Amino acid sequence: MNEHTPTPTEALPGAGNGLPSYLEQSPAVRERFAQLQQRKVILEVRDLQKRYKSLQGETEALRNINFQVHRREFVCVIGPSGCGKSTLIRILAGLEKHTAGDVLLDGQPVTGPGRDRGMVFQGYSLFPWLTVKRNVMFGPLMNGHSRDSAEREARLWLDMVNLGKFADAYPHQLSGGMRQRVAIARALVNEPRILLMDEPFGALDAQTRAKMQRHLLKIWRNLDITVLFITHDLDEAIYLADRILVLKANPGEVQEVIEVPVPRPRSPEQFSTPEFRATKARLEALIHPPEAQGEEEAEGEDALPEKIIRFTNVGDNVE
Amino acid sequence: MNIRILLTYLSRPSRYRGAVFTLGAFLLPVLLWCAVSYVPFIWHPMVKVENPGGVDYFTPGMLVDRSEFQDQMKEMRQAGKPLPVGVRANPIYLPAPHEVARALYTAFTTAPEQRDAPWLHQSLWHSIQVIFWGFVLSSVVGVPLGVLCGTYVTLSRLSEPFVEFFRYLPAPAFGALAVAVLGIYDGPKIAIIFIGTFFQQVLVIANTTRKLDTTILEAARTLGTRGWRLITHVVVPGILPDLYRDQRILLGWAWTYLIVAELIGTSSGITWFITQQARYQHFENVYAAIIIIGVIGFGSDLLFERIGRRLFPWDRTQERKSA
Repeated sequence: MNEHTPTPTEALPGAGNGLPSYLEQSPAVRERFAQLQQRKVILEVRDLQKRYKSLQGETEALRNINFQVHRREFVCVIGPSGCGKSTLIRILAGLEKHTAGDVLLDGQPVTGPGRDRGMVFQGYSLFPWLTVKRNVMFGPLMNGHSRDSAEREARLWLDMVNLGKFADAYPHQLSGGMRQRVAIARALVNEPRILLMDEPFGALDAQTRAKMQRHLLKIWRNLDITVLFITHDLDEAIYLADRILVLKANPGEVQEVIEVPVPRPRSPEQFSTPEFRATKARLEALIHPPEAQGEEEAEGEDALPEKIIRFTNVGDNVE
Repeated sequence: MNIRILLTYLSRPSRYRGAVFTLGAFLLPVLLWCAVSYVPFIWHPMVKVENPGGVDYFTPGMLVDRSEFQDQMKEMRQAGKPLPVGVRANPIYLPAPHEVARALYTAFTTAPEQRDAPWLHQSLWHSIQVIFWGFVLSSVVGVPLGVLCGTYVTLSRLSEPFVEFFRYLPAPAFGALAVAVLGIYDGPKIAIIFIGTFFQQVLVIANTTRKLDTTILEAARTLGTRGWRLITHVVVPGILPDLYRDQRILLGWAWTYLIVAELIGTSSGITWFITQQARYQHFENVYAAIIIIGVIGFGSDLLFERIGRRLFPWDRTQERKSA
């Protein structure tokens, strides 16, 4: 990787609280990464830049983004709000145009949306007028499959996401997690080269989200599919990813690419392992830098006001 | 399935409650009308003469102002002549509910006063045809244009300023022009309804189209949909329930242009019936005809709503409304 080589001092965070460095990899993990690197590059992003004009003048949303994703790799993109991670994935999907650089899928430049890149959106993107089965059949039908074969494929993929029983339900009759599973099936039925996921579980409650993460890993393990997954949840990124692309804001740039040292297969118990905690500490340090924290909190939009007007009776204290 | 059972269970009491409200909404004005008609001390500004007494210009059955009747009473008393007798009454233009109710039946069974004139049901049918053709012609052009304007910014920039300008021109203003171009029969009437509907239709439907969730369009594009198929397979089905609702509202709009439209050229349809009956002072028939228009409009809308529920089982706006 050529993006950023951490200096020894940078590698230290965590060392103080008894954690190993996040750069330390067990032999099995190191072996796995070596194998991954041997795999074919599915997606390559070179010197990607995105500028757009707004009322405040020209804004640089993304600058000098470089990375590669190998076949069957699971890459997460993480960063503070406004770092352009959604813009990045939308460019990869072909929904937005970039201003400079290249996006290559199997060596071919991306020019617009296409079935070779499946996308799962954060919001509910199912077609409300189609039943679950018809939603999944949509892609194959659009791409010239016969109704019979589309239906056969749809059934197969609905079983894969465990929703075979709901084939004839309408999206509004499903829970949030179920809808996102349909969206995943709908994207996968097209057999894309890469699955792009834009904070797909962001709107779900914690329990459902954990279930969906496990489910997604299971699907990924059993399919020849490469995943690029956007999230703002650190635990989610570490739990799912082989590598984590950390972006910073204003302009959006790659800060570091972290090889997650947590061995596979993953399970929720690993959340408390030293590797996991070391990686999380590193991500936290990158996304909320400790030295800047004081100033940011004072000035940032999300800062709490010093004083809040009191609307309760004097003496009626809860703390 | 569980969900379905739950839904029917929930919808039953609410539908019942809905019916009560609907009934109440109609009952209140009817009760008011009954009160004004049957309770003699509410309003009743006239006196219906039963016995003219000594007043030479009074005739039995004549309606006079109450003050005038009292003046005459005073005069007769002073002159020592027999006093006139009368009961308080409403003006002729406010018939009582039972008279209008009777007229609702008799208007259909009474032959027209002129021999070659149409019966009421023929007049109504004629009106419905005028509305139908005006609305259908408007929709055939207006709906596709609206959808395209809502989808393609260039097209909407090109067409909407003019449409926006035109919609402020009152449709009846084109009456004389329409007669000059299309003759005196149904042509100009259909044209007025067309003009009254079309320009609103383009704007309303373009707006509805623009409100389609962009995520749905983007999802379709990432699934390999492009060009014309985006419109036929995503935009149109996506907006269909809202488009249907818009059309229902626009049809109501078309009805409001009916009376003006039918006055243009040779008066026809329900308007002809109403003007004829008013000329003969058969106001109960006038009210009956107005009520019939309302019943047809409201009834057809209810019917379309029911059909819509069948057509769009996924439409959640309806669930919200009935809940």
